[in-house]
Amino acid sequence: MTLRAMLGPQRISPTVGLVLDRLDVPAGPVCTITSGWQEREGELQELSHHLGRETLDLGLYQRAEQVFAADPGFRRAYRQRQKTLMELQRLYRRRLAHANAAYTEMMREPGSDMLLQNERRAALRALRTLDRQHLRRIERLHAAFDRSYPDGQAGIKSHRVEIGAMIADSRAILVAGGHVELLLNRLRLFGLGSALAGSTLVAWSAGAMALADQVVLFHDHPPQGAGVAEVADRGLGLFQGVVPLPHAGQRLRLHDAQRVSRFARRFTPARCVTLDSGAMLVWEDGKLRECASTFRLTRQGSIRPVQAV
Amino acid sequence: MNALLAELLSRQPDDTDVTRFLHENAVPLTDPGGVTFLYHGEADAVLLRHWVYGLPSSQSLERAPGTDLWHLFLELPPGSRIEYKFDVVKNGANDWITDPLNPLTAEDPFGHNSVCRAHGYERPDWTLPGSGARQGTLETISLHSRHLQGPRQVSLYLPARFRRTRQYPLMIVHDGHDFLKFADLKAVLDNLIDSLEIAPMVVALTQPGDRLTEYAGDVGHGAFLVKELLPRLQSSLPLEDSPRHRCLMGASFGAVASLATAWQHQGVFDRLLLLSGSFAFSDIGAHTRGPVFDPVVRFMNGLRARPGRPSRKIYLACGMYESLIYENRSLVPLLQANDMLVRYREVRDGHNWENWRDRLQDGLSWLFPGPLWMVYE
Repeated sequence: MTLRAMLGPQRISPTVGLVLDRLDVPAGPVCTITSGWQEREGELQELSHHLGRETLDLGLYQRAEQVFAADPGFRRAYRQRQKTLMELQRLYRRRLAHANAAYTEMMREPGSDMLLQNERRAALRALRTLDRQHLRRIERLHAAFDRSYPDGQAGIKSHRVEIGAMIADSRAILVAGGHVELLLNRLRLFGLGSALAGSTLVAWSAGAMALADQVVLFHDHPPQGAGVAEVADRGLGLFQGVVPLPHAGQRLRLHDAQRVSRFARRFTPARCVTLDSGAMLVWEDGKLRECASTFRLTRQGSIRPVQAV
Repeated sequence: MNALLAELLSRQPDDTDVTRFLHENAVPLTDPGGVTFLYHGEADAVLLRHWVYGLPSSQSLERAPGTDLWHLFLELPPGSRIEYKFDVVKNGANDWITDPLNPLTAEDPFGHNSVCRAHGYERPDWTLPGSGARQGTLETISLHSRHLQGPRQVSLYLPARFRRTRQYPLMIVHDGHDFLKFADLKAVLDNLIDSLEIAPMVVALTQPGDRLTEYAGDVGHGAFLVKELLPRLQSSLPLEDSPRHRCLMGASFGAVASLATAWQHQGVFDRLLLLSGSFAFSDIGAHTRGPVFDPVVRFMNGLRARPGRPSRKIYLACGMYESLIYENRSLVPLLQANDMLVRYREVRDGHNWENWRDRLQDGLSWLFPGPLWMVYE
């Protein structure tokens, strides 16, 4: 039986301890992945205190720094790939602004006759195609890099062995939030996609985003820019069919039915679910078993409580 | 006239009616067309004193017949914010006071003014202290300046969760202590960093000795910042070692000092945040702003003749109700023509600290964007 839980932010009112109890995770150590915290990785005092059990961090951020320091050639290649990904993201963003504007305009156009409906569908299709193409290009870049370094860099192997042993000895793996792209890169670098597949997982905020099928970045009202959600990467796919939206209450205009509707339609059939403080979704063998304080964005523009089957 | 006031006056109110009216309504009265100022009390005359460039700086309030209620309607576009005082004349003596009916005041180094917020203005949430954001810290360092010939104290703002293993951008703020006191700069930094809207940064808050000399394009001031303060900070703090991670910020004469330092030491600060700069210049002949501005005009005329490239990315803002709006507008094309990326903002506000406070989100998030899109904690 595999158990996977996705939670809202843990800073103000942590619930991860309660969730471990609810999942009947037996007493014993748990492993954490806090590489999204970057230079604060492994500062676990508050989390350990909250959990009341032994907590070991996998130290992926630091391990990656060691790997890069030991092999400058690998570091250069890795950074070059990151630069290429950033440039690709910039170009995608340029195209996205136009595709999104076209879709938004069609949805705002008054009326509902067949002619307009067709144009709306076409605008949405163009937007979804752009997202899909972008993801494919990202995947191709990852694949090309993996072909160049089929087993990663030599120093990675020993880290993978150590990480595998730590995971095997732990009762559950907790994946914290933070910088989602950096977290995902470290997870991928150390091959955590397959290593985590059989573990009990609890992930929150960016941790949940990194483990989903695709990483969608979002903010409806940033201080700079238009606030158009963007696809940023393929996730590890351990939470399938879900687009997690941490801090949705702050970041999204959930009362704006048109925005909510456009967001939901763009990413359908994936379910866009809010992850605010106190939110919880639990899957058992891939089936949603339990949930609390989480809502899904609907195509009609409303938000509805997520319900377990 | 404001409709509520018109209705009151149409009833030929007595003192009780007026008192009740003032108790029930926030003063000044605001509506989309403008603002009605009210003063209640015995006087020979009451005048509104304000600093809105383009309007008469003194306007008389009119006494409502049979009452001690004085009123004046001022056409103010929505979203405006102005500061003012009343000049109450009694027995031939003038008394400048804040508006007794208006609890909103703003403080500056010269005292308090009343604040009038026209229809549509709201104080931004991110300026409010105590919002629950993680707190940065303040500490003070001392150094002896050879260029300014004396000791200097500089306050340092270190962001919440400061780590020596990380590298930070640096912003040097002119009139830094005043920005802390009158523009809630610490709360603004705490809030914007916590909400990921700006990058965590180290901020050095400087305070001048002889402000009107040091901030007027003085080479000693620029040398102090670049040759004394910056090396000291670089040696003791984990700072990004690149001009694009360094910013000078200032308001009024502080903006002049920022631009002058960047011009005198090109290639050191690639970010500038300039608020209501006192950028006086003369195209020909003498200027009319008084002798205090002589060195400023010399510097600005020099800059206009040989702009060079003092910085790469410049945020410039000015209130529309300031006399300096002309000089600030004039600066924009000059900077742009010399390959500097400029964002220029005009707002319906004056030459005051709350205006400068309200510009910080836009300015800082443009100059030092935070990891808002990437970080989900």
